[in-house]
Amino acid sequence: MAAEDQSQTSQSDLPYVLILKPPPSFVLFGDHFFHSPNFQYLKAYESPLPLPHFLHTHARSVQALLSSGGAPVTADTIRLLPRLGLVVTTSQGLNHIDLSECRRRGIAVAGAGTIFSADCADSAVGLLIDVLRKISAANRYVKQGLWSSQGIYPLGYKLGGKHVGIVGLGSIGTEVAKRLEPFGCSISYNSRSKKPLVPYTFYPNVVELAANCDALIICCALTDETHHLISKEALLALGKDGVIINIARGPIIDEKELVHCLVKGEIRGAGLDVFEHEPDVPVELFALDNVVMSPHNAVFTRESFDDLCKLVVGNLEAFFSNEPLLTPVALDDLPHFSGRKD
Amino acid sequence: MESIGVLMACPMNSYLEQQLEKRFKLYRFWTVPDKSSFLASHKDSIQAVVGNAGAGADAELIEALPKLEIVASFSVGLDKIDLAKCKEKGIRVTNTPDVLTEDVADLAIGLMLAVLRKLCESDRYVRSGKWKRGDYVLTTKFTGKKVGIIGLGRIGMAIAKRAEAFSCPISYYSRTEKPEIKYKYYPSVVELAAHCDILVVACPLTKETHHIINREVIDAMGPKGVLINIGRGPHVDEPELVSALVERRLGGAGLDVFENEPYVPEELFGLDNVVLLPHVGSGTVETRQAMADLVIGNLEAHFQKKPLLTPVV
Repeated sequence: MAAEDQSQTSQSDLPYVLILKPPPSFVLFGDHFFHSPNFQYLKAYESPLPLPHFLHTHARSVQALLSSGGAPVTADTIRLLPRLGLVVTTSQGLNHIDLSECRRRGIAVAGAGTIFSADCADSAVGLLIDVLRKISAANRYVKQGLWSSQGIYPLGYKLGGKHVGIVGLGSIGTEVAKRLEPFGCSISYNSRSKKPLVPYTFYPNVVELAANCDALIICCALTDETHHLISKEALLALGKDGVIINIARGPIIDEKELVHCLVKGEIRGAGLDVFEHEPDVPVELFALDNVVMSPHNAVFTRESFDDLCKLVVGNLEAFFSNEPLLTPVALDDLPHFSGRKD
Repeated sequence: MESIGVLMACPMNSYLEQQLEKRFKLYRFWTVPDKSSFLASHKDSIQAVVGNAGAGADAELIEALPKLEIVASFSVGLDKIDLAKCKEKGIRVTNTPDVLTEDVADLAIGLMLAVLRKLCESDRYVRSGKWKRGDYVLTTKFTGKKVGIIGLGRIGMAIAKRAEAFSCPISYYSRTEKPEIKYKYYPSVVELAAHCDILVVACPLTKETHHIINREVIDAMGPKGVLINIGRGPHVDEPELVSALVERRLGGAGLDVFENEPYVPEELFGLDNVVLLPHVGSGTVETRQAMADLVIGNLEAHFQKKPLLTPVV
């Protein structure tokens, strides 16, 4: 667009991108990072009107919506937006979007693609090493001055040679496997379907996978099928020497059972970035040295944040100029997503 | 062999103590109230010393034990043993290479992830209840960061192999360039430090490598640089490191070793970009057992006049 045209285009001519609730990145770092001269944000959360009223009054012409994990895009919301053509999410997960309704209405969805895969995989490996080698617990020990007063720290467990089971061998699961191979780990996995060209052992169900490995790493999406996929049975199959790492979604693990197993020593330890009812975390875990926790921040690095800003703006600009989306989500062959908030 | 006296320099592993007691007459040096009179009265019965990273066999001890035939170290590092004196007196020396390589390399990567991704601080954040009030800060991505390794021996190579899986470009400093290695070589530690994001110390401690991490190197690393030390405390000029971290002239550090273990500079305790570990590089159940078996195996081989398993001298 030529400079003269740009100066004549007033703010009100720019297409709107609706935001129901600000994504964590907006809140933490400021929405100016997501600015574009080609569209403007319509912030429902800055209006005193109740949402359905707001949408009816201001959003009927909105074509695009920016979502995040904490702002579910339900069928009801979609119905109030007759001109909606695109949902962009800042999150890796898609479980907060009613994808079936989007497909029905011909609404495109743009996700994070693979921009977060490396960071998620790094988190998973970091948590696994931390749990086995007691890094966070030993760091606490030293920083409390206990090494000089109480002496030798208890031994950890070797990572090399361990059997690692990956639940969900998508982009993130594959990056985890790739990283763990040079550590001497043998990799196996469970996924919706066996992947023909992959050198890892496939197990048809999660309990069998758990029974045959020393560490389970959860890398799958939260869907109706994967809710509480890691049940008491899977945890007991994982066993007293087993460790579980979750960088996916809290509800994939039956948290009550997990806490029980950890407290009773039915499993060796856990590394958890996600929980069933964030930001609430079961208090029983705070007393345990064999648990390492993080506040759902596996993707929150400066580098991924920069990539996210470019990606969100890029997808929205592509949509408004009728160009192909950068990271479209395929809406055929969907698992069941009821648009449940994660 | 029950009459052979073995002097254990300090507590290191109860399985090792048990196994030594079964086979030899074990003396626990740290339980002795007067070390010099003990040595005077037992000098003719002690034929072996078992040491570790903390205590070994210096010239004084070697001179005090005329019947000493072998020093078996429960470590791969030999900096606590006067190797020259052992050579001079025909005393054999063994260590525990290879069995601990993987654990030490794993810990180095674990420290890199813990420092860059603030794993320990994130855990602390959740445990404090602060998550209910807001999200934690942005951390630094590990994948793709440039890793510089000082010392490309067994442990250095194992660290490189692991870091490569995270797409980290690898560079190194070594006493001599290794032409068969595909990683970028820098002829000085300062140059290596200036060209990497994360600098790892993985070389043996010798007179030459004492304080190999000094003010000049720390300056070259810069305010975003991260130091990982899984070597020996004296590799680093510790007061210089502490002031660089406190003054934020260095980006962060993951330290498993210190100049005066178990004393760690308290100024480091409150820093959220520093991870401190109590010398646990080889500290796993599996590896300590393998190390103990190697110490026992070397001692048995020596006293049965068979070839040593892992001789150094």
